Amino acid sequence: MPLRSDIHKVLVIGSGPIVIGQAAEFDYAGNQVCRTLREEGLEVVLINSNPATIMTDKTMADKVYIEPLIVPVLKKIIKIEKPDSILPTMGGQTGLTLAMQLAKEGFLEEQGVKLLGADPVTIDKAEDRQMFKDMLESIGEPVIPSKVVTDIDSALEFADNEIGYPVIVRPAFTLGGTGGGICETRKELEIIGSAGLRQSPITQILVEKCVSGWKEIEFEVMRDAKNNCITVCSMENLDPVGVHTGDSIVIAPAVTLADKEYQMLRTSAIKIIQELGVEGGCNCQFALNPDSFEYAVIEVNPRVSRSSALASKATGYPIAKVASRIAIGYSLDEIKNAVTGKTFACFEPALDYVVVKFPKWPFDKFVYAKRTLGTQMKATGEVMAIGSFFEQALMKAVRSIELGLETLNLPKLKALSDEEVHDKLYDCDDERIFVVYEAFKRGIDLETIFDITKIDRWFLSKINNLVYMEWFLGDGELTEEKYKDAKDLGFLDSTIIELSGQKPPKRIPAAFKMVDTCAAEFEAETPYFYATYDEENEAAEFIKEHSTGKKKVIVFGSGPIRIGQGIEFDYCSVHCVKALKDAGYEAIIVNNNPETVSTDFDISDRLYFEPLTPEDVDGVLETEKPWGAIVQFGGQTAIKLTKHLTEKGINILGTSADDIDAAEDRERFNELLDKCGIPQPEGKTAFTTDVAVREANELGYPVLLRPSYVLGGQNMIIAYSEKDVVEYMGIITRNGELENPVLIDKYLMGQEIEVDAVCDGENFLIPGIMEHIERAGVHSGDSISVYPPYALSQSVIDKIVEFTGMLAKELHVLGLVNIQYVYYQNTLYVIEVNPRSSRTVPYISKVTNVPIVDLATKILLGETLESMGYKPGLVPSGDYFAVKVPVFSFPKLTDADSQLGPEMKSTGEVLGIDKDLESALFKGLLGAGYELHKVGNIVLFTVKDADKADALTVARKFEQFGYEIYATKGTCSYFNEHGMHAHHINKIDEPEPNTDTIFDTGEVDFVISTSKIGRDPAMASVQMRRKAIERSIATLTSMDTANALANCLLSGKTLDSVNMVDINTI
Amino acid sequence: MTSSKMAYREGKKAWLILADGTVFNGFSLGAMGTTIGEVVFTTGMTGYQETLTDPSYFGQIVTQTFPLIGNYGVNTVDPESSRIWLRGYIIREWCYEPSNFRSQSTLGEYLSNNDIVGIYDIDTRALTKKIREHGVMNGAITTKWPDDMDELLEKINAFTIKDAVKSVSWDAPHYFPSKDPKYNVVLFDFGFKRNIARSLNNRGCNVTVVPYDSTLADIKKYEPDGIMLSNGPGDPAENTEVIANIKEIYEKSDIPILGICLGHQLMALATGGRTAKLKYGHRGANQPVVDKKIDRVFVTTQNHGYYVVNDSVPEEVGKISHYNANDGSCEGVEYNRPYTFTVQFHPEAAAGPQDTQYLFDRFIDNIEAHKNEK
Repeated sequence: MPLRSDIHKVLVIGSGPIVIGQAAEFDYAGNQVCRTLREEGLEVVLINSNPATIMTDKTMADKVYIEPLIVPVLKKIIKIEKPDSILPTMGGQTGLTLAMQLAKEGFLEEQGVKLLGADPVTIDKAEDRQMFKDMLESIGEPVIPSKVVTDIDSALEFADNEIGYPVIVRPAFTLGGTGGGICETRKELEIIGSAGLRQSPITQILVEKCVSGWKEIEFEVMRDAKNNCITVCSMENLDPVGVHTGDSIVIAPAVTLADKEYQMLRTSAIKIIQELGVEGGCNCQFALNPDSFEYAVIEVNPRVSRSSALASKATGYPIAKVASRIAIGYSLDEIKNAVTGKTFACFEPALDYVVVKFPKWPFDKFVYAKRTLGTQMKATGEVMAIGSFFEQALMKAVRSIELGLETLNLPKLKALSDEEVHDKLYDCDDERIFVVYEAFKRGIDLETIFDITKIDRWFLSKINNLVYMEWFLGDGELTEEKYKDAKDLGFLDSTIIELSGQKPPKRIPAAFKMVDTCAAEFEAETPYFYATYDEENEAAEFIKEHSTGKKKVIVFGSGPIRIGQGIEFDYCSVHCVKALKDAGYEAIIVNNNPETVSTDFDISDRLYFEPLTPEDVDGVLETEKPWGAIVQFGGQTAIKLTKHLTEKGINILGTSADDIDAAEDRERFNELLDKCGIPQPEGKTAFTTDVAVREANELGYPVLLRPSYVLGGQNMIIAYSEKDVVEYMGIITRNGELENPVLIDKYLMGQEIEVDAVCDGENFLIPGIMEHIERAGVHSGDSISVYPPYALSQSVIDKIVEFTGMLAKELHVLGLVNIQYVYYQNTLYVIEVNPRSSRTVPYISKVTNVPIVDLATKILLGETLESMGYKPGLVPSGDYFAVKVPVFSFPKLTDADSQLGPEMKSTGEVLGIDKDLESALFKGLLGAGYELHKVGNIVLFTVKDADKADALTVARKFEQFGYEIYATKGTCSYFNEHGMHAHHINKIDEPEPNTDTIFDTGEVDFVISTSKIGRDPAMASVQMRRKAIERSIATLTSMDTANALANCLLSGKTLDSVNMVDINTI
Repeated sequence: MTSSKMAYREGKKAWLILADGTVFNGFSLGAMGTTIGEVVFTTGMTGYQETLTDPSYFGQIVTQTFPLIGNYGVNTVDPESSRIWLRGYIIREWCYEPSNFRSQSTLGEYLSNNDIVGIYDIDTRALTKKIREHGVMNGAITTKWPDDMDELLEKINAFTIKDAVKSVSWDAPHYFPSKDPKYNVVLFDFGFKRNIARSLNNRGCNVTVVPYDSTLADIKKYEPDGIMLSNGPGDPAENTEVIANIKEIYEKSDIPILGICLGHQLMALATGGRTAKLKYGHRGANQPVVDKKIDRVFVTTQNHGYYVVNDSVPEEVGKISHYNANDGSCEGVEYNRPYTFTVQFHPEAAAGPQDTQYLFDRFIDNIEAHKNEK
């Protein structure tokens, strides 16, 4: 069937801000969808609150709304745009749930809007626990014994009397399994079950027999309206059932299944998608008993997902693209396979390599968060590695994950005794694979490790191979054969030399193979490569055959999504590639993140899916022999390669390595500021705890501590006392001596300002200045940021422009620079200068109409601002205010403190755009998930002394809005002393009724809480904030945020009073 | 306990020598010695044991494009026939330590026990590309570097697959009863895969497997309600006697017929069609086939080097019912003779997707309808 004739205008719903469980994969999907629909001549209306995405670029759709993803907003937009259809299956759980709500309310029918790809019945059958069970039973597919309950007593009764413990709790309709978990005992079920019920928007959980230890297998299935089905890819989790698939190490294709088991599950997956009637893509997860043919269906996602993004990258089969064509009427045999150009979408990719996915967890940021992995996903991102062998792919993945590891040796495990290593095998956490490796090294045998971990012996044996190779390398002559074997197993030359003490007899360079969906059966033209160690280098052949005579430029990507280095950098990388191609260059991407747009094989001229380490990158350089390389768009991951590339004699386009160092090296930077006469907070450096304490005491508290060369304020704190300094230095030095010093700065609680500037070496352009709502101290990535500035005087703005120009010139910035200022007691200070792209670039590009990355890239190629028609200096602000509001993933991270500070904690962001600041802020807050109307009756205050005065101001505003103010002892006395009535409530560690008691009433809408020290989950203040988060109560830890929110409430803004802004009209 | 990747400790060298003189260095897997055959590749990612025991690979040296082979070991249930038929086996890495609850032995032992010469640590992708570009090529695997390369190359080039069907077919009838018998089916053994018999058994057919050269008179004594023409190896046109026998059945009986793979090709030849050799065949578990009758595409298992030339089937005989969605080649014929159809692919799968098992149901429906007519 060709394109349906009843579809002309399609609304695509995005997935909103990046949170744990819903990340860049939906930008990748959305990007493919929008491109595909427009290729088909359809009008596309897009809504997504996330401004950091590529899909919200103006050119991606006919109408682009960066508006809150909530039902009333969608209704408003549907009424304005009158689309005839909605594609709900591309925006993750968020998009699907919204579309469902609209459908169920009858709104879509009323407006004459069709749902494409899946109808409400389909979605319910997949998502509603009971209907899902019934559906599977009706087609004879096995389910794990379970029961849907809506109260905790029924849960307990079912577990006690029918299935026994352990059980798994799965809340209905939550992201990434939020609120679920394994309960070993009745007591645990009471706790986890109750939490799950609260988390579920429909107060419903599934209590399920625990089959942890079974194999976890996934299939990605496609179906069209004719009922044609194919499976794109199978995937096997290294971690058996029990660990969320998003937190599992995954291999594709499945490797431990014989054809009988494989086909059994494949057939089941096809039966399921046919029964559901999905038109598009679907993900089926199975638990398979390792000792029999017994299996059970765990979960089905009737939409594109993280797994489908992975499967797309793992096979070269563009699931989202094909799914959108199916949704608008095409059948699988009518859609061309873009990879071969010869075959059709109705085949199953054949792989001649293996793929390993490795999660990236945020535990380096949340040092106190519980690292245990279970049914609730905790990873913020992931990497993928491709190799000819499992070991090779695993080693590449470990290098890509940026833990500073070249092998599976985790240094901190070396200090453990054999017994401790053995016992640590029981901990199912983010480090388990490294513990397994260490266990093999300590001589613990495979069966023992298997008994404890239930990781399939196949994987264990492969991991053991790496241990053997390490031994062999250290033993005897490094022969050619031994060296080749080590390379095949993924060892770097540097590791081989280190372990063997010998130089390789004859270095084997990386050879690149093509990812072609068909195991070389057909000739393919995909410029998508991975490295292995064979004689034939297909990339080199490809380059020869497709020689264009154009200059080649390599763009280094930003690796896995993590806090502080998110999707924004992928946005920049992709735009850089586009600009390069536009300017007549060949653009080559090296990256390892399967979720992103940059690793879509038709973005660049060539894509290399490789770790971003010096040696891995060398292989690409040798094959490509590029004219130049660009590192400034790939975050710290790419910046880190600067030194190596310079040493290799690579032409780095942009700010030189030396100038980057001048911005990052404390002493050189001081000199530079002195020379320019630009003030900065007084600062010192230290390598050791002793020196740090001495310097901090000298500067006077509070001081800001941070390591040099970081992004996202990793390991950054405000220390109020010597004790804080000692604690901090303890954490930062726990992995050994520091390579770079810790920076200690006087902490100034002033107005924070941020600029991005494009510089051509002579002139500079500031597209816009951003002013933060929160004063310094809250990391810029966690601050609400307003464009254009709302309270700065012209003289301060002039000063910012002046300083920016001076810094750009002095640092010889070519391309982008991001500068952070603080305005404190009538003085403008520079806090930080980063000569690279930043996370604000995408949104500023969109609201100012200045194509920042495009300009920067062209400057790197020799253009000047003037030659491109831009007048240097500050671009006059437009008619719109744009407010960026951070979004956090605290509910997923047990024991992580939500108190904001200088270390970044947010995972994503939303934008509110409108003609006035109040409306823009209102929309930003709505988009970030705040309820901006009264639900309950109470606002709770419990703040540290330094915040009490500000808290009082805020409390008065909440009171004025009609809230009852509750406060803990100190705060309450302060309020009452200052003539504002507050109810006293006990703290969480004081007798009931306490804060917990009122949380349980559901009456508390906001908690405003700060404490002098946080982080440690043993502290009452942290526990209280955790409780509030578990109960989905908005928790604010900056008086400035709380004040802004209170103002917003008082402003009386409603959705009726704000405009829906198509950013194409800005 | 080591990986095959630690070949410098364990491996004995072996070489793959192609007819054009290309040499690939590898290590020995399975038996020692020299073997010559037609080098082909299969893209199936699971089911290596089924591949090894598929009689259609008679005379061929098979390359697996998936690099990790032997992961789940070998067992006594999965073989599709009584032995390994292919002449040599080429893989990238083999797994010393398989992991699966049914695993009884390793791939290496299995090949040794069946006296099959194999080779591993080969860049199978480069080899596959070579076959893709050049077409099917003869080659040899040897564990001893030839004293006289020219002589070996001469032998390699002279190799042809002869008497393939005769070699793999049983020479006496075998009976496979159904647990719930409703029909009698005669299965011509041109190198049949066990799952064909199993698929029929599961549908209430008692199956009598008869030798490849059986005639209409021979099979009549089994009172067949249906006739199955099995898969098998080699050049279909070589089987002149069989083709004549099939022609007789086609013309002188009205028993419903289902032909698979070689059976499909032989039927076409018996009724006036032509067959030709594909450049490098269809071998794998991911070939899309369109069933024109129901306007659906199915992912199928295939293993064939020859095909029925699309426009060669006379209109008065039948019409093409299935075609390959990739290259448009003929994948099935619906004959004008009632209750007669043949397909190029393998509805019995093993290894591969089970999506076209419905064709066995269609065959049973034909048998039923034919019975009811009587």
